Order: sequence, then C-alpha cells, then structure tokens
Amino acid sequence: MDKIKSIEELRKLREHAKQSLKTRQGEAKVKVLISMGTVGIAAGARDVLMAIIDELEKRNFTDAQIIERGSLGLDLEEPVVAIDMGGELIYYGKVTPEMARTIVAQHIINGQIVSDWVIAKGNKK
Amino acid sequence: MKERSLIDKLHEVQNGSKENYISKSEALKVSKRSKTPLAEIYGVLTFYTLFSEKPRGKHIIRVCRSLSCHMADANKIIGKLKETLGINVGETTFDKEFTLEESSCLGMCSVSPALMIDDIPFGNVEIDEIPEIIKKVKGGEL
Amino acid sequence: MKIFRIHALICAGAQCLAAGGNGFEDALKDELKKHDLDEEVSLVETGCMGACQLGPLLVVYPEGVMYIKVKPEDAKEIVEEHFLKGRPVRRLMWKGEKAELPNLSEIPFFAKQTKIVLRNCGIINPEDIDEYIAQDGYEALSKALFEMTPQDVVQVMKDSGLRGRGGAGFPTGLKWELAFKQISDQKYIICNADEGDPGAYMDRSVLEGDPHSVLEGMAIAGYATGASKGYIYVRAEYPLAVKRLEVAIKQAKEAGLLGKNILGSSFSFDIELRMGAGAFVCGEETALINSIEGNRGEPKKKPPFPVVKGLFGKPTVINNVETLANVPAVIEKGSKFLRQFGTEKSPGTKVFALAGKVNITGLVEVPLGTPLRTIVFDIGGGVPEGHSFKAAQTGGPSGGVIPAKHLDVPMDYENLPALGTIMGSGGLIVMDEKSCMVDVAKFFLKFTVDESCGKCVPCREGTKQMLEILEHISNGKGEKGDIEKLEKMGNLIKLTSLCGLGQTAPNPVLSTIRYFRDEYEEHINNKSCPSNICKIEGGKNERKVAHRQTA
Repeated sequence: MDKIKSIEELRKLREHAKQSLKTRQGEAKVKVLISMGTVGIAAGARDVLMAIIDELEKRNFTDAQIIERGSLGLDLEEPVVAIDMGGELIYYGKVTPEMARTIVAQHIINGQIVSDWVIAKGNKK
Repeated sequence: MKERSLIDKLHEVQNGSKENYISKSEALKVSKRSKTPLAEIYGVLTFYTLFSEKPRGKHIIRVCRSLSCHMADANKIIGKLKETLGINVGETTFDKEFTLEESSCLGMCSVSPALMIDDIPFGNVEIDEIPEIIKKVKGGEL
Repeated sequence: MKIFRIHALICAGAQCLAAGGNGFEDALKDELKKHDLDEEVSLVETGCMGACQLGPLLVVYPEGVMYIKVKPEDAKEIVEEHFLKGRPVRRLMWKGEKAELPNLSEIPFFAKQTKIVLRNCGIINPEDIDEYIAQDGYEALSKALFEMTPQDVVQVMKDSGLRGRGGAGFPTGLKWELAFKQISDQKYIICNADEGDPGAYMDRSVLEGDPHSVLEGMAIAGYATGASKGYIYVRAEYPLAVKRLEVAIKQAKEAGLLGKNILGSSFSFDIELRMGAGAFVCGEETALINSIEGNRGEPKKKPPFPVVKGLFGKPTVINNVETLANVPAVIEKGSKFLRQFGTEKSPGTKVFALAGKVNITGLVEVPLGTPLRTIVFDIGGGVPEGHSFKAAQTGGPSGGVIPAKHLDVPMDYENLPALGTIMGSGGLIVMDEKSCMVDVAKFFLKFTVDESCGKCVPCREGTKQMLEILEHISNGKGEKGDIEKLEKMGNLIKLTSLCGLGQTAPNPVLSTIRYFRDEYEEHINNKSCPSNICKIEGGKNERKVAHRQTA
C-alpha cells in the first residue's frame, strides 16, 4: 500500500474500503432474492445470478444483499428474481441474464420498476 | 534503541540450536559479544522458564496446568503423555524427539484440556488422540 | 469493485484453531473450488468471535447465521446446501430449533454483550489494514493529530473516566497527564501484553483479532504525552499474537500510519515488539521494564513510578492491551462515550474470559456494574444440568472467590474489593458443587510460589510456608490453629511484600477461608474432603484404589 499522506486521503480510502464490507453489516438498501431450487437452476438461475453481480459491480453499487432462496413453487416462471427495496417485494419471472441487467439498471439503480416483467407483488412481513 | 535486549538474543540462540537450549559455550559467546558478565547472562537465563540450560528434544510439548485445564482433568493428559513417550515431566525421549514440560496458562481455557507442541495449539485433547498426535508431529505432518 | 455475494467468516482465534479450525477451512476451500464458487464467496479469517467453547466457528453473511463446532466433513453440506441452494444447514447452526434463522443479534450470548473493545473481533480480517480502516480505524489518530492538541487529548481521556483494565484500575487520563507533565528528551509508551493470569485470554484475543486498535491506541498515547517510541511486551506463549502484531506493524508502517511524520503531520511514532520468556511476574510494570531492558524480571520499589522514571530511566506510560483498545473509540466518539455504559466510578465495559463449569465459555464484554448473575446465567447459559453454582473466581492468582450468596454483586472496581476479591484482568472461573475450595486455594498458591521472583522475603518465604500448610490440610495432616496461621501469615504478606503480586498473593486463600471456612475445618477436624477431591489417606472418605500414586 502507498503511504497515506493526509487525513483527506485516509477518509477517501475509508469510504472505498467500507463498500466491500457492506455485506457483513447484515443490512442493505436493496435485497435481491433469487430462487435457486432445482427447477430454477435447470432454467438458468446461475447465469442470471452472475449477470446481476456483474452488472452491480460495473455500476459500483455495493449496497445490495444477494440472497439465494429455495424454490417458491412458481416453476413455470423460473428463473424468478425478487427485489426488496424497503417494504414491497417485486417478483420478476422468466428472467434472462439480459433482463437481469436491465432490472439492475432500471429498478435497483434508478428506482423504476420494470412493470412489463412483473409477475407478482408482495408485502414484506 | 537499536540494541536488541538480552532476552531477544537468548530466544534467537535457543531457537537456532538443534537441541532447543542454550549451551555454556553459546552463553559465553553472548557474554563476550554484549560485554556482559557470564553470571549476569545466567541470572537472566535461569530466571525465565522458557529458556533451558539442558539439551531438549526437537519438539517441546507444553501441557497447561492452570485451573481451567486442571478442572478438565489435565492430569490424565499428562499421564497418557508420560505413558506414550516413556518419560517424566522435564525429561526428553531417548530418540531426542520430544521433551515434556508443564506450562502456565496458555489462554485456551474454553478448549481445555489444552497443550502446545512448539507453536501449534491443541485443544479439547482426548486421551485416545495423543498417540496419533505424537505420531503426526514426529512425521512432520503438522 | 468486486462484489462477493457471500462473506464466510472463519474464526481464526487460537482456541478455534486448536479445536481444528485449520482442517475445516481447508475442507471449505476445497469445496468452494469444486463448485466454482471462489469468485462469489469471500473467505475471511477473523479474530476471536467469543464463543470459544463452540468452535470452530463459521459466520455467514448476509444472513448472519453462525455455524458451531464445524468439522471438515461438514464443509460439503454447508457449501452445497447453503451457498449453492440458499438453504442454511439448521443442524449445524447455533440454536437450530428456532423457526426463523437465528441471526447473531438474537442469540443471548451475543445480544446481551456490549462490544467496544471487541468491536472488530470476529468481523474483520486482522491481517488486512484496509478492513480496520473501513471500520473507522485510524480516524481517532487523525482527529488527534490534526484537530486536537496533546493537552486536549489528555483532557478527553481524563473526562472519559477510563480506568486501567489490567487489574489496578488506575485512571488512564491521570497517568497520561503525569507523563505529559514530565520534561524529558525521550518518553516511552509500553503496552503490557504479558497476560499471565491463568484463565485470562482477553488480551490475546484482542491482539490476534484487532491488533491495529492497540497500535492506534499507543500512537495516540504517544502524541498526548510526547513519546516517540513504543514497545509491546508480549508473552512468548502467544506466537499467533506475535505474528499478527508483526503483520499489523508492517502494514501500518507501509501506510504511513506509523513511523516518521504520520499522515504528513510532524508527529513520529515507532513501535517495536519485545517477547517475554515465561515469567508471570513480568506482568508487574517495574518487572516488565526490567525485562525489556534485558534483565531478570524483578520488580523495583515504587516510587519512583514509571511515569517519572521508567524504561531506561525515562518517563514511561504502561497501559494494558484492553485499556489501549478502548482509546481510539474514546477519542473518536468523545469523552462522554464510555459514560453511557457502566457506573459513575467505573464507566465503560470490561471483557471477561468466562471459563469453568458454565455452559458457554468464552469471551464476554459487558458494561461495568453488570451483576455476576447476568454474566454466568443469562450470557453464559448457566451451570450444566444437574449441577449448582458454588463460587466464581475472579482476578486470577491475585483475586478471590464470590460465593452464591453474592451472585448479584455488580462487577466493578468498588464492589469486588469489598467482597475480598479484585476485578483483575478479567478471568472469571465458575466452580460447581464438585470443586473443593481448599484445592482451588492450593492451586493458585502453588502457581504464585512457582512464579515468585524471589526478591523479597515475605513473598519468597511466606507464600511457600502458606503452601506447605495448605498441602498438609489437603493431605489430612492439618492441625488445629492452621486456619489462624494462614490468616495471620496472609495478612502479613499483604502488608509487607515489595510488589503488587506479592501483596495480592494470599487473596485466594484468605477469600476461600472467609466464605468456606467450614470446608477447611472439615479437612482439618474430620480429615475429610467434602468434594472428594483431596486425596486424604486414612480419612473418612478415603477412596479405595489399588495403587496409590503420590501427588
């Protein structure tokens, strides 16, 4: 590591370092829930997962938790991705890696739900 | 203060010796180099329990004898070690592989009974595991 | 920036390693590779997580669940079920019976603690300075250097009420002020990491789990008092702590947070490690100074106190590891911070090493003034089924016992001495009905006799005589008047010993006599050990054995 030469430099380094520890805080602005049951995986959920992570990385958005879940029972709609941003759960169905990237850009980053692809809404308990 | 303390020097001598101790000739060398009387060197060497004037084995086994380990039957562990190695506390095996010593608290009270072999800690030690542990250390597997 | 969706934190404290942590970690790494998960899962080795008896420990985020007692064979299931399929493995989790996933914050052992000293332990990788910085590390040092004068720093420490956590409880701010006022060309800061109390491992966990907190505390102390050099005196029995400290010092130097002109300021501070060599008495500050100077670890008469004339004859501040780990938090958050916890005379928290006959042993950090009952029963889960609490020993060989009738005593620097014990460094050993108090007293006294430096007569000869009497008592050869002899000698040794270790050496004996005199009398008058521990020949409860070995 290079010598930190001022208090400002230290604080900048800190902001950057905090991002990578966000996952350990246990709390995040956005929760991304991906169904990874057998059907989900068979339908390509892993590729969707990798696309989401990649897109978040590209856009430097670290305030998200990516949580895998078991199957929701909506086999016909797999891969299913749910986004939780403070209260309401939005379910997207038949998500492809390309769709996933759009969901990241539009819904997570810009806060606009992609209504055409929504299959269900739920309230967080 | 660029001078290393006498204790650091003695640690270095002991760690570098094949038989894990500080011989009289080594002590004399330290005395000459640091211009300290030999009696003073021995005063320090004999004060601290981790230094040994006698040759010891390649591996030093330190069994914790403090209260938590005592309450977890460290006695039995020492007994089994004595039996497996065929030596008493403070002695070295004939093949010069192991020296058995008792130690003050190793700070592993939640996994008592505990022991250290060289720098490796062992916790929750069961009597039956001891022959296996000795074998592994001797074979250089750990 | 690389995103790892799972952070798997493995406790790499000495006790978890001793319980097989390395084997589990290797197995986990293998499984991750097998399933191509090493780009998604960040495997982090952290310092002590505190639940030492339940190790090896694994905590998985973002869920925040803790896996306990994990074995290499469990790695496959954890990776395949939890990491790949999102189904945490209930049978391996702490309190797996609960319907919801028990988050760490819901487990009483953790929920009832207040972590200030242990704030980073178990959360960060101690060998990565970036993670320390991310957790606001070195903010306090930069604040001190650029926004405060040395006098300001001293004043904040005084107002905070922080007291030395090594055992004596001397006000830290006052100690720093005394050193600040000395005029000298050189001053030193020493960190006392010679944690020798049997049953105490708090300092070790801080050194292994969050070494930078100690380095930062020392640098702040240096700035406040005018010292440019620090030494950390570590027990040689803690090789892992030594290693982590060496890595931390190196990284801090590379980052310009230690060494010349820290952060571009005019303040320079350097830290060196010094190893001990197996002498308990070197935890006493003047003996420690002697040891760093390369001599026999014999204590010196005080006054002069080290703040006036210490290491190499210069003004020296000696602080305990736990005290120093508090310093960055105090400077960063202000003098009122610690006063939110604890009592008026003892603000802040204390880390206890809970051990012995209690369900969950490990490290526990609570506000000072917390009742003993809360620590043992609410946090530690109580005494194992079928047994009852008899006494808790505090303060190691310098302390005494607290019997069941005083379970509600607030643990602080005022109440414990009133009961005949001391807070000490934080060792807390719980004993059940099967423990013999005479045996416990004998145990501690044997330790003291072994470790006596030999310089003064009361300690060198007196403790030995007391031990002989105790051995007679526990062998069934005690005589009438022995208890009174022990009390008389004990009080004499307390009054006349040269150093604090000798002055407190009789405490375990005097304390057990105070609360369990009847046990002593049983041994002496009836030649019997009520707990059946002491091997009494020809006694009422003599155990029949085929071959009797002498102890």
